[in-house]
Amino acid sequence: MSLDASDVEKIAHLARLGINVDDIPGYARNLSDILSFVEQLNSVDTTGVEPLAHPLEATQRLRPDVVTEGNNREHFQQVAPETESGLYLVPQVIE
Amino acid sequence: MHQKSLVELATDLRSGVCSSEELTRACLQRIAGHDPRLNSFVTVTGSQALAAAQAADAAIKAGNAGPLTGIPFAHKDIFCTNGVKTSCGSRMLDNFIAPYDATVTEKMHEAGAVMIGKTNMDEFAMGSSNETSFYGPVKNPWDETTVPGGSSGGSAAAVAARLVPASTGTDTGGSIRQPAALCGITGLKPTYGRVSRYGMIAFASSLDQAGPFTRSAEDAAVMLGAMAGFDPRDSTSVDRPVDDYTAQLNAPLQGLRIGLPGEYFGDGLDAGVGDAVSAAIAEFTKLGATVTDITLPNTHLSVPAYYVVAPAECSSNLSRFDGVRFGHRAGNPQDLTDLYTRSRGEGFGDEVKRRILVGTYVLSAGYYDAYYLKAQQARHLIRDDFMQAFKQVDVIMGPTAPSVAFKLGEKADDPVSMYLSDIYTIAVNLAGLPAMSIPAGFSNGMPVGLHMVGNYFEESRLLNAGHCYQQVSDWHTRTPQGFE
Repeated sequence: MSLDASDVEKIAHLARLGINVDDIPGYARNLSDILSFVEQLNSVDTTGVEPLAHPLEATQRLRPDVVTEGNNREHFQQVAPETESGLYLVPQVIE
Repeated sequence: MHQKSLVELATDLRSGVCSSEELTRACLQRIAGHDPRLNSFVTVTGSQALAAAQAADAAIKAGNAGPLTGIPFAHKDIFCTNGVKTSCGSRMLDNFIAPYDATVTEKMHEAGAVMIGKTNMDEFAMGSSNETSFYGPVKNPWDETTVPGGSSGGSAAAVAARLVPASTGTDTGGSIRQPAALCGITGLKPTYGRVSRYGMIAFASSLDQAGPFTRSAEDAAVMLGAMAGFDPRDSTSVDRPVDDYTAQLNAPLQGLRIGLPGEYFGDGLDAGVGDAVSAAIAEFTKLGATVTDITLPNTHLSVPAYYVVAPAECSSNLSRFDGVRFGHRAGNPQDLTDLYTRSRGEGFGDEVKRRILVGTYVLSAGYYDAYYLKAQQARHLIRDDFMQAFKQVDVIMGPTAPSVAFKLGEKADDPVSMYLSDIYTIAVNLAGLPAMSIPAGFSNGMPVGLHMVGNYFEESRLLNAGHCYQQVSDWHTRTPQGFE
């Protein structure tokens, strides 16, 4: 699989990841190398093989639906870049 | 003092030969004297460490000392430490003062161990050389022109240089075992789910596991005993009692069945490394172990499967870094998309960006089955290989890494070649098995690691094998020149 500059730009947009225009050819080359490398996976027939998501095949543990943590909003918002009245501030979204 | 093992230091503390405060001051002094060359620490928490040491001394006096009370150690900078910068080696978190403790942080604190600082690492644990860190590369104390390995390079170098007797690390594809091998120390990756991932900044959630770096297997047993255990706050934590990892250390190795996979001794293995590893395995047979040739036929799929699964999970985990709630935020955002895009673009380094891009691609519409599903199927085959092997043998052995430490910059521009330095360690993470690297000699003056893989939850057996080997070898006591 070979990716070109426009593919890289599209993927970077999906990931909301800013990359420098000058770096795009380098990423295209690296990504193409990585994807051709992982294509070795196609050399093996995996028909009927169950995908393994968890090494111990454990199932998701559920906890009782009760409150276990107190409200630490102020404490956690101390590390936020910008807050007001307990809310996180971002650029205006709706006109 | 710095040449003593963790277990020796614990004995000294309890018998009053030295105090934790003296020991902590000695470590801080070694860090001040040696770390400017190595760059193994991102943050040194001197005053907090001294306060913790004084508390430990009081506990020892009161007769409340456990095996880690008063022992100085360092945390990889991936574990959240309440009130202390937790950078994960990234500009993204350069301003992040963690507002809570990871479970591992809490457990080490409860055990009375004294955190002396946070160690340098590859950015978000993505790398095998510690060169992707925002804080610059760590140098290998055995040769400062070479890499210490990664991603837990700072934790490994700090123990190898005798700055601290122990440190914590995390291992997603070899990030504890490979740097342990390259720095000539002992590193253990436990069974997936044995140590809580809560508060450990996530890279690839189905592979990440925390473990200790120490000089010896005996010290690792003590560290793992404190770190391991069920944690309801980690949904994949395993609810199962923790073994007493020190109990079986001296059990005779008579009859231990060692398996040697042909796939781990083939092309790509440096001859000097292969010789040292074979010599170490011969020592095990003198201790009564038997050696059988085995095969892990899907080994060649492990690095490709890993470089689908790990980036996919990374792209998902790292989507939380958006410049809104914590971490780096770009200045003067024009709109919300600009805020996300520039904050992430400025906050993440090259390798992290590469992996986010790969992960986003393999998970994108139309490609999921071809890449992610296929890789998860390969993962099943890789796990089945190990299960087949463990019907015949107790421990699988081989080299930890294909070569000794490589030169700084040597592989920095070639991601695929860098990825292949984890060729022997990655399959273990895909299968979720426990594994350990111990010093097994030298090649061209640089340390070589012996890789030992056990069946699920058989950490005790690995520690037993490592400890018995360390009773008849002295590789683990060798100190790099200039750090004696």
